[in-house]
Amino acid sequence: MTNIKPNSSSHKSDPNRRQVLAGSAAVAAIGAFGLPVGAQTTAAPAASGAFASLGVPHVRRDGAEKARGGAKFAAEYSYPGMVYGALVYSTIARGTITSLETAEAEAAPGVVLVMTHENAPRLERPEPFYSSPTGMAGSSTPVMQDAEVLWNGQPVAVVLASTQEEADHAATLINVAYEEADAVTSFDVAAESAQTSFYAGRDLLIEEGDAEAALADAEVSVDLSFNTPAHNHNQIEPHAVTVLWKDGILRMHDCSQGVDLSAITIAKVFGISSAEVHLSAEYVGGGFGGKTVWQYHILAAAASQLADRPVRMSLTREGVFRICGARAPTRQRVALGSDRKGRLTSLIHTGTTMKIENNSMTEPFFEQSEHMYRADNMHLEIRAGTMDMLANTFMRAPGAATGTFTLEVALDELAERLAIDPIELRVRNEPDVNPTTGREHSQRASVDAYREGARRFGWVPRSGQRQGYREGEWQVGTGMAAAYYPYKRFPGGAARITLDREGGALIETAAADMGMGTTTATAAVASERLGIPYDAIEVRHGDNTLPGALIAAASQQTAAIGASLTAAHEVLLAELASLVPATSPLHGLPAAELGTAEGALYSLADPHQRIPLIDLVAWSESGTVSAEGQGGPISEWTQDWSMHSTGAVFTEVRVNSVTGEIRVPHITAIYDCGKILNSKLAESQFRGGIIMALGMTLMEGASFDERNGRVMNPSFGSYYMPTHLDVPHIDVGWTDIPDPQAPTGARGIGEIGMSGPAAAISNAIYDATGKRARDLPIRLDALM
Amino acid sequence: MTIEINNRPYDLPDDARISLLDFMRERLEFFGSKKGCNQGACGACTVLVDGERILSCLALAAQYDGRSVTTIEGVANGDELHPLQALFVEHEGMQCGYCTPGQIMSGIALKSELERGAPSNVSSDLTVAPRLSRDEIKERLSGNLCRCGAHNGIIDAVAAYVGGEEQ
Ligand code: FES
Ligand code: FES
Repeated sequence: MTNIKPNSSSHKSDPNRRQVLAGSAAVAAIGAFGLPVGAQTTAAPAASGAFASLGVPHVRRDGAEKARGGAKFAAEYSYPGMVYGALVYSTIARGTITSLETAEAEAAPGVVLVMTHENAPRLERPEPFYSSPTGMAGSSTPVMQDAEVLWNGQPVAVVLASTQEEADHAATLINVAYEEADAVTSFDVAAESAQTSFYAGRDLLIEEGDAEAALADAEVSVDLSFNTPAHNHNQIEPHAVTVLWKDGILRMHDCSQGVDLSAITIAKVFGISSAEVHLSAEYVGGGFGGKTVWQYHILAAAASQLADRPVRMSLTREGVFRICGARAPTRQRVALGSDRKGRLTSLIHTGTTMKIENNSMTEPFFEQSEHMYRADNMHLEIRAGTMDMLANTFMRAPGAATGTFTLEVALDELAERLAIDPIELRVRNEPDVNPTTGREHSQRASVDAYREGARRFGWVPRSGQRQGYREGEWQVGTGMAAAYYPYKRFPGGAARITLDREGGALIETAAADMGMGTTTATAAVASERLGIPYDAIEVRHGDNTLPGALIAAASQQTAAIGASLTAAHEVLLAELASLVPATSPLHGLPAAELGTAEGALYSLADPHQRIPLIDLVAWSESGTVSAEGQGGPISEWTQDWSMHSTGAVFTEVRVNSVTGEIRVPHITAIYDCGKILNSKLAESQFRGGIIMALGMTLMEGASFDERNGRVMNPSFGSYYMPTHLDVPHIDVGWTDIPDPQAPTGARGIGEIGMSGPAAAISNAIYDATGKRARDLPIRLDALM
Repeated sequence: MTIEINNRPYDLPDDARISLLDFMRERLEFFGSKKGCNQGACGACTVLVDGERILSCLALAAQYDGRSVTTIEGVANGDELHPLQALFVEHEGMQCGYCTPGQIMSGIALKSELERGAPSNVSSDLTVAPRLSRDEIKERLSGNLCRCGAHNGIIDAVAAYVGGEEQ
């Protein structure tokens, strides 16, 4: 049995720090109400080896600034003469603008510009994801370049005025007339011509053997269909940008998840070099895949250029729903066939989703089915239809969020038919090597996660019988599901390390921090690599003038930073070697025979031979020593290994038999994600994903009016999300086994929380009520 | 027409359309209060007016003549964080930080609401002062949305504050 860590590990220089930070106050607070303490108190020693001093639960570096209200977001930078932007959105799904009446708006108080396709500067189409290595836009739809309307909500005019009130008012004075064209706004209609799609450079089709025949012959089988709606990221910070053109530089304060790629994408639209765009985003008020390049950036910069004024463009909440993309709706089929012992003979996961003509983003909902379980025959296929709608896009755990829901509900139903405990069914189909690629796992302890989760949750094994019971008017049940998310590392990572005279180091990397704690984690990794105290490390991030082209997406940024720091450290060792005086025993040693630890350069062969870094820095000509490195080839996951994170989620659900109300009082989740770098931040990331999944399961959905292609609930008043009272204390833990192939031993933690809870809740609802819920969201009307 | 914000007087704007939130953010550059929805649904703009919490996006600045507003910028004692601010840091009651000012202002207000015995939707007995419980705190903070999912840390922080366990 693997040693499973609840939420913490130790630090060699300060072994007591963890307990102080991780547990005591929270426990005291909960204890004050005499409520169960959960998993917070258990402590375990750290894994030893190369990663031993990572894993310290440092508090987040920007915590105090955020708590003070001093953290500055994109809409909070001001320039003299700045004006405010407001947008007018189309009200048809497809067609042509036949007239634009703007005179009244232009004459309105405070207005400095009305921009439409008639006077907008000529711009290139934005490069969407996958169209080039740097594409960061949600779609390649032209930005206000002609009279054509391609979705309901497309911006058709921009107003700039001295105040937001004046801009908003003037926007209401613009009259737009359209000639409507036929639009495809119905899922069913678009599904008729849906084609097998592709995603991230490959076709979304995997066939091994004859899965349909195997299903027909299977001793036991299930064949199920599911529906999931569109979901919005709904970051609490609405998208915003502050723009200034000055001295040949387009300066943008943005809320980007990838500052460098955003800057490159925007530069190409304006036909300028990316060196002429300075784009920063120190604080980003939530991302979840949605803080990329949408039309508002480009419109703000274009209007600013035209008016020759700095511009602040803050989208309204409705504006975010109208122009920043969402997770696509899906219809999925999962069919499983097995022998009587539960060995899968057939695994079919197919279905249809929607995209637009101008993007290449097909929701990849079968990915977990490729990697989670062995099956003798497989058929995995995703077809995509094309609709005239706002671009769909990446949202936390693309594919796996809804794909694990459907697969893991199907496994639960199969387990019931087999009269096998759901955990046991998963264990019986645990693959030795990757089921579709045949590659060896770099590290995988899924079964440990299932078992530890069961132990901590108090799982009652079952064999075909519901365990649910009644408590007054409440029906109570439990359910479990596996969680899944792939490891990735994108190219383009780079970092610069600069040592100063005081023994500290500055780390610079164009990484993003939307709240995950990037700077905190980066400082810990750098401290480990450099042998410099954590508190002596400063991190600069979120600015495209810094090294690297990183993107905080696909839970890969920490790996990318880790690889960049490793590379920069190697360059740094060479720099330091060149400064070693001839009198030193270290003189002449190549960089490969040197290391840094405890503030000194030392010989790997003879660690007693060392020179303090501050001396080396003092001997340098400039008084600093600086080195930059790039993250290197990413073959560990693209060619060499099967690298995937897994986990197990357990829930208790209570369903009110009178009202149908669903409550989720208990959630336990154990993850196998490699090394956990900071237990405090990791807990928070896992829980964040779980809570968003709770929302997806029970309440969320963008309602799309199929008559006219318009989102009907573009507001927090009608798109429901979990509130405090909906969220239980969530018990999370992890195996904490370093992945030997990942740069820091860590595989990424930002998204896996989003996979698993939906199925675990649906399975628990069945256990409680005997009703299977296969369409999301599961609202009370489904259980009445 | 003057309004007091964090103990300093300011002239109210002429434009009657300006919300208290926009007045503070766009005219006075008090960016601590956040705008998440501008329609009273997220709580990011929560401030205290004469000690009571309100949603400043739903308030017209002109209505607050002579009133005293406290924002997130006004609760710390110089460099020293307000106890609840410190607890938010300690309990990881935030990720992106955008909802944080509103959560903290609500947390401060709900302590005084509890202390004077104001009931909430989950109070079981309206004839006596509400019993301190996590559900009471959660209910009273449910108007403050957090999309990052920092809920557990937020409630831990506020529970420690309300329960008097400040460090
Ligand atoms: S901004 Fe005021 S409640 Fe959302
Ligand atoms: S911390 Fe990001 S919304 Fe709450």
